Amino acid sequence: MTVLWITIVTVALASAAIRAVGPILLGEQELPSSANAIIALLVPAVLTALVVTETFGEDGRLVFDEKAIGVAVAAVALTLRAPVLIAVALAVVATALARAFG
Amino acid sequence: MRSEGRRGSGGYLAGARAVLPLALATGAMGISFGVLAYSLGWGVVAPIVFSVITFSGTAQFAVVSVLGGGGGAVAAIVAAVLLNARFLPMGVAVAPFFEGGPLRRALEGQAIVDASWAIASRGGGCFDREFMIGATVPQVILWIGGTVVGVLVGGVVGDVDRLGLDVIFPAFYLTLLMEELRGGGQTIAVVLLAAALALALVSFTLPGIPVIASCAAAFLGLRRRSS
Repeated sequence: MTVLWITIVTVALASAAIRAVGPILLGEQELPSSANAIIALLVPAVLTALVVTETFGEDGRLVFDEKAIGVAVAAVALTLRAPVLIAVALAVVATALARAFG
Repeated sequence: MRSEGRRGSGGYLAGARAVLPLALATGAMGISFGVLAYSLGWGVVAPIVFSVITFSGTAQFAVVSVLGGGGGAVAAIVAAVLLNARFLPMGVAVAPFFEGGPLRRALEGQAIVDASWAIASRGGGCFDREFMIGATVPQVILWIGGTVVGVLVGGVVGDVDRLGLDVIFPAFYLTLLMEELRGGGQTIAVVLLAAALALALVSFTLPGIPVIASCAAAFLGLRRRSS
């Protein structure tokens, strides 16, 4: 039980600190334009990594499962200019169906 | 730069609305987390407290999986910190748009979660502070609420994974990514490099490291300047 609580409190404090470091240290100062050029591209970089790891990553392994089918369906729907909600809903239906019949 | 963050009081609400489809999945994952933690003998209080004070699904699931697999506190903490390390560059990116002194900025920084941060991006390195904070609120409520439901009545709800709601996360991020891709050449290069890095690393590094490594792809932004 103690191990659990030590872990919970430490993880909470560490997460709060990681989230606070940038906002505290940088203050309101403007970043140099070179830093801005990097930050502007940080959003697509992080989003790409999240799509890849949350679709194919599981416990440090590369997997191809029902989730990949759902994401592929969403990609096709988005390419066909479907609205965001429809694309996400189709992904859910495809994944649920694949899990039910796979 | 600051003026970008001031979009009137509608900003918070607009952010909350924009994230709702994802917040549904956050609630479902909260239930999963509660069920899993309770099944490991964590009791009712610990999982709920964890969700309230940490609010990070990826880190919390990592802790469950390490401790549940017989690992110790240090291994669990390292896994969680690695997964949340991405909040560091993300925090640097939004920092210029927060307001007030260090304490208030630190508190506003707690609103940094993946989806909120990404949908609050306005291109060119600009972020909408109110939109981001507004988007985080429903996610926090549903994550905590889901955890409560999971530990209390998890057995009744059953296996939420069957419903396929977990795919909402990558699918939602994909919709945001497709919008980013309209940015053109340099963005496409960054996405390809980030995808290659993440795919290459995901199977032989600790979870969390592929995302951090992919952040390095953003340094392509310097190329145009130096050449």
